[in-house]
Amino acid sequence: MMDSHASMTNLPDSAEALAHAPRREEEHAHPTWSTYWKVALILSLITVGEVWAYYLPSFVGSRGFVPTLLFLSGLKFAIVVMFYMHLKYDHRIFRVLFTGPLLVAAITLIGLMFLFGHLFIKIM
Amino acid sequence: MTAPATHVSAPAPHHYTTLGLDSRKVAIWAFIGSECMLFVSLISTYLIYKGRSIVGPFPHETWTDPATGHVFKPILNIPVTSASTFVLLMSSLFMVLALAAVQNKEKPKHTRGERILGSSRLWLWMTAIAGATFLGFQAFEFTSFVHEGLSIRTNLFGSSFFTLTGFHGAHVTAGVIWLVTLLAIDYRRGLGPRDSLLVDIAALYWHFVDVIWIVIFTLVYLIR
Repeated sequence: MMDSHASMTNLPDSAEALAHAPRREEEHAHPTWSTYWKVALILSLITVGEVWAYYLPSFVGSRGFVPTLLFLSGLKFAIVVMFYMHLKYDHRIFRVLFTGPLLVAAITLIGLMFLFGHLFIKIM
Repeated sequence: MTAPATHVSAPAPHHYTTLGLDSRKVAIWAFIGSECMLFVSLISTYLIYKGRSIVGPFPHETWTDPATGHVFKPILNIPVTSASTFVLLMSSLFMVLALAAVQNKEKPKHTRGERILGSSRLWLWMTAIAGATFLGFQAFEFTSFVHEGLSIRTNLFGSSFFTLTGFHGAHVTAGVIWLVTLLAIDYRRGLGPRDSLLVDIAALYWHFVDVIWIVIFTLVYLIR
């Protein structure tokens, strides 16, 4: 009877299966409104810093210009992903689904840059 | 005789994976992962071709056409793009506030501030308007580039630049359409906590479009 009922309702075949059925994704505590505003402020300040750096000829000509901009861009990227996309608070499988392809893409990008001579390794 | 299985709750309206996660949310994250690869391929193409254009206009350097003697200024307009970047960053803030408003729709709101923060329609409108404003900036930029002599066929920079930013603009357009459909649902029957996943998925897409622009802004516009 249980089986017939289960088949009628598209539920798992037995009570045991029900007991082991996956639980729904747990609700995680998301950041509060004030956290969102603070994150927006930080993102805006970093952007202002990036644009300000662009207009400093002495800094643009220095060796630190590109690494600094890449670091600031990466920081903004990480902040949005962690706080606005809630990756910091969500299930780790989402982190794997996002960072896995991102890692493959980043390695491909770096590989292509080496291949086409945009990055150099000083051996001597 | 009592029915043995009547205590079993009705089937959930959505499908869950074996990990107990909503399959739609897993799907959007997998989609975002694949989109990362798409955009990295476009960014790689841009970077590989960077500095290899034979004729101008160039992004950061002045160029004189040897045939006509016409002087082309550096083509990128950093102040305008900085403004559009700020608008897109703010749209991400509006989007998380829209999601929070939908999730907390049923909580009592006592103050005016709580009512403003709890208005999903307001924040969805703000996000859509910010997205449309960003697209307006992009349309202005593309138009001015064409008027200044840079089209997708002019040189390697034009080809890779218009392809990369055009793909991003197409994604923003899709996001704005998605937001408008959410607004239509909100006006029709109201978005509540039961719909939070619908808004969450749209929000994830929107934030992804934002993070891609963060990378494009630095690599294409700021780094010379």
